[in-house]
Amino acid sequence: MLIIPCPHCGPRPELEFRYGGQAHIARPVDPSPLSDEEWASFLYSRDNERGIHAERWRHIHGCARFFNVVRDTTTDQILASYKTGEFRPEAV
Amino acid sequence: MLSDIVETTAIDADGVRLETLPAFGRLNFRGRAGAVAAMSEAFGLALPEASCRAAIAGSRAALWLGPDEWLLLMLPTETDAVIAAAASALAGLPHSLVDISERQYALGLSGRLAATVLAGGNPLDFDLSTFPVGMCTRTIMGKAELAIWRTEPDRFHIEVWRSFAPYIRGFLREHMREFGA
Repeated sequence: MLIIPCPHCGPRPELEFRYGGQAHIARPVDPSPLSDEEWASFLYSRDNERGIHAERWRHIHGCARFFNVVRDTTTDQILASYKTGEFRPEAV
Repeated sequence: MLSDIVETTAIDADGVRLETLPAFGRLNFRGRAGAVAAMSEAFGLALPEASCRAAIAGSRAALWLGPDEWLLLMLPTETDAVIAAAASALAGLPHSLVDISERQYALGLSGRLAATVLAGGNPLDFDLSTFPVGMCTRTIMGKAELAIWRTEPDRFHIEVWRSFAPYIRGFLREHMREFGA
């Protein structure tokens, strides 16, 4: 079982979490001038990294907050965990 | 009636006892710093800022559930007065205060093997060094969510949603069978 460090609660078992998809995807400020391709890209296109990946998790059976994690998708090693709204640490 | 949906008799085993705790008044409070200070004053107890910690004063307790979320426990007879005091103290401050007294039900698990029984269905480390007295957290037991609060070294207060209560009670009883329940 993965031990995921929640920035609010500390290290917790994977059972308490839900995956929330790729992190740091900003919604376009004004969607109306976008083409269908650009809008579809925002909605559906996601990186499929083999390696370091920034992603959202939700500690749903704990503090219930979303937060961000940087994880190596090949080893499942978690390199960083930080609150929603914070920038991805530069070191990872 | 609670006894219509779940047995309320205590279950005893060698070194551990599961019992139904008396009814509580329960409020779920959410708010930011200004509202937290006002709610603390209205409740007569400073809501704990530290994560996963509970505070007690007299018949009242405040359990940290999230960075802007607390579970407030009190006597059932105090609930209306607390809601009224909060309404005036929190006027104009964004917040959420919901009466969840009937949503949940409280179990008490006590005895020297209480932590061992909890560990049968939850991967958290219930050692006193990592889960000290006064620590509380939402977590998961089997397939059901619950909140666990350690009130004494060998005593846990468990908050569970009513509809999950028969499941949690049965789940804990299964683990207590090992000790003669």
